[in-house]
Amino acid sequence: MKSPAHRGRAGRAPYLFLVPATALFVLFFALPIGYALWLSLRKVRVSGLGLGSGAREEVWAGLENYTGALSDSELLHGALRVLGYGCIVVPVMLGLALLFALMLDSERVRLAPFTRLAIFLPYAIPGVVAALLWGFLYLPDVSPLYYVLDALGLPQPDLLDGGPLYLALANIAVWGGTGFNMIVIYTALRAVPAEVYEAAKLDGATPLQIALRIKIPMVAPSLVLTFFFSVIATLQVFSEPTTLKPLTNSVSTTWSPLMKVYQDAFGNGDIHAAAAQATLIALATLVLSFGFLRAVNRRDRQETAR
Amino acid sequence: MPYTKRRRLVSSAVAVALGATALAACGSSSDDGEAGSGPVSLTYWTWAPGMDKVVDLWNEGPGKKEQITVTVKKQASGDTLVTKILTAHKAGQAPDLVQAEYQALPTLVSNDALADIGDGAGAAKDRFAEGVWQQTTLGTDAVYAIPQDIGPMMFYYRADLFEQYDLTVPTTWDEFAETARKLKKAAPDKDLTTFSANDSGLFAGLAQQAGARWWTTSGDRWKVGINDDATRKVAEFWGGLVKEGAIDNQPMYTPAWNKALNTGKQIAWVSAVWAPGTLTTAAPDTKGKWAMAPLPQWNDGDKRTGSWGGSSTAVTTDSAHKDAATKFAVWLNTDRTALNALAKDGGIYPASTSAQLSGAFTEPPAYFTNQPDFYRKAAEIAETTAPSAWGPNVNVAYTSFKDAFGAAAKNKSDFTAALDTMQRVTVADLKKQGFGVAE
Repeated sequence: MKSPAHRGRAGRAPYLFLVPATALFVLFFALPIGYALWLSLRKVRVSGLGLGSGAREEVWAGLENYTGALSDSELLHGALRVLGYGCIVVPVMLGLALLFALMLDSERVRLAPFTRLAIFLPYAIPGVVAALLWGFLYLPDVSPLYYVLDALGLPQPDLLDGGPLYLALANIAVWGGTGFNMIVIYTALRAVPAEVYEAAKLDGATPLQIALRIKIPMVAPSLVLTFFFSVIATLQVFSEPTTLKPLTNSVSTTWSPLMKVYQDAFGNGDIHAAAAQATLIALATLVLSFGFLRAVNRRDRQETAR
Repeated sequence: MPYTKRRRLVSSAVAVALGATALAACGSSSDDGEAGSGPVSLTYWTWAPGMDKVVDLWNEGPGKKEQITVTVKKQASGDTLVTKILTAHKAGQAPDLVQAEYQALPTLVSNDALADIGDGAGAAKDRFAEGVWQQTTLGTDAVYAIPQDIGPMMFYYRADLFEQYDLTVPTTWDEFAETARKLKKAAPDKDLTTFSANDSGLFAGLAQQAGARWWTTSGDRWKVGINDDATRKVAEFWGGLVKEGAIDNQPMYTPAWNKALNTGKQIAWVSAVWAPGTLTTAAPDTKGKWAMAPLPQWNDGDKRTGSWGGSSTAVTTDSAHKDAATKFAVWLNTDRTALNALAKDGGIYPASTSAQLSGAFTEPPAYFTNQPDFYRKAAEIAETTAPSAWGPNVNVAYTSFKDAFGAAAKNKSDFTAALDTMQRVTVADLKKQGFGVAE
């Protein structure tokens, strides 16, 4: 039997527990996003020479910043460049990660803990440092790589220009990201119950068949997850091209969409246009990544139904 | 700028969420009383190395007497600092004093971030060359900053290698081109210099020498002349050299560039008075082998140079103690002790004409001990600096330069097309913002 007072306190309690989380969510998530949206709908209008006070006022812009961003060919070109870059990074990185995970999980592997650490280690190196490190290796005049090529009389490709530039950039991401993805897939492999393998072996399956028919299907959820993360990371590529930019004429200040946002906000001082572009990029990321997740889920459900 | 109550609430809530500490740091000067009544403390954003030591001289000397204490905050440098100042100014929290490059002044003034300090600083006018002072007034009756350092451009070359390849120091740009070709013939793996697209200030200075005036005003309209005849001539000249392969096309300030200078793969550099500092770190092994000469000229017998770099000290509109801040800014850039310390600890080349030959500048820089009259020559060259003309969106033009000329240098394509792109982007940006633009 509860008194009304008791019931009242019990009714309030869940809300009290929710307060910290809600406050944090509103302060650090909803408010900044709301403010960015608000900024993206406004613009600064200058009158005359724009000198002196009162010559600059912030006005309502409606969707002007959005139409501007969508009709800006540089943003589109940036998106295409990143698409090309992602077509190299994602398959190569995930393919290598899966391969390494399977190899580490095989029975005949030696020095597994050391190898695992060695492959994972580049992930612990900050992206900017990794990009600088590789940048030095790509520059013909200071690279030991080119020194060796020169000594052997082999051709020396310019890695910071044209098509090879994409390979050079992708290489940095693959080098840094493979280890992390490998660990995710490897952990999933270790979770597969041993009796599954035993059954397979009793049925006479070779190690290759076990890998292709059992291991890969069983870690499919991890593959989906790593693919999902990789796509998001690719869409947000910023620090590698930004670090390589001073080393070459081939990387412009607006090479990737995020670099364009940065340039507009902090180079050209137009936070309103930058806010609109950031919103568009966030939307595109959301649609792409959740679209992919939904597609995968639907297939899963269909398969279970069958 | 009219702020609605709601906007302020939103922006301050976000500001609090994002960085309560930053706010506290910026707001330190607003809680002291009005200027002249009791002690005053000022905040100064600067990137000059060793500035804290110079400010200590003020705090222990004249500042103590006047009860004005200055605190140095090392923030970003160059364009990044402009962004920081503008962001702080939007919140009404800009520091009292800021360092700003000359080409950034119109942008800052156009955002109403800089105070007119003509009353306190007007008297300092005759300490500076006219062309330098004019950059701080923007052609108006107001004074928005006090010149601190300047970067008159000069020609640097490897004296020993010039002798080895039997090259003469070019006095005109035609001779410069000939020198580049002659070197290429004598040593195909070497370059006289490179055309670098990663520092817009260099190209702006070269255009300035040729007589370009990129931003001018007529009535209440801006006129953009980035692709004027003078600049076109400069772009064609460098584009031609890159296209025929007489000079390199790779950017400066890269490890490869350092190595090229250090090993004599590149044997000259069009730079400014601050080059000794850069060469010391970029090409340490060639110390004492370089020499400095005036920039090549467009017409034989001319004496003109452009400027690359240089900055000023300005007082912000957010400062509660503008008079005290002005006093400090004047002292910093005209007082003999201050300027000597700035030269010694900050390595800057002062804008004040009387300081260019005194104190630290009676001896050549350590890297140029082989040229005892380095600074006497530098002062003579500084006097020939052509006037410059900056506008409110230099940042946009500069970014556009890096991208357009970077691509043109890479493809060895038409530089004048890149120049037209730069003009188009700059004009479009002015129009988009609503500035009056004269066609």
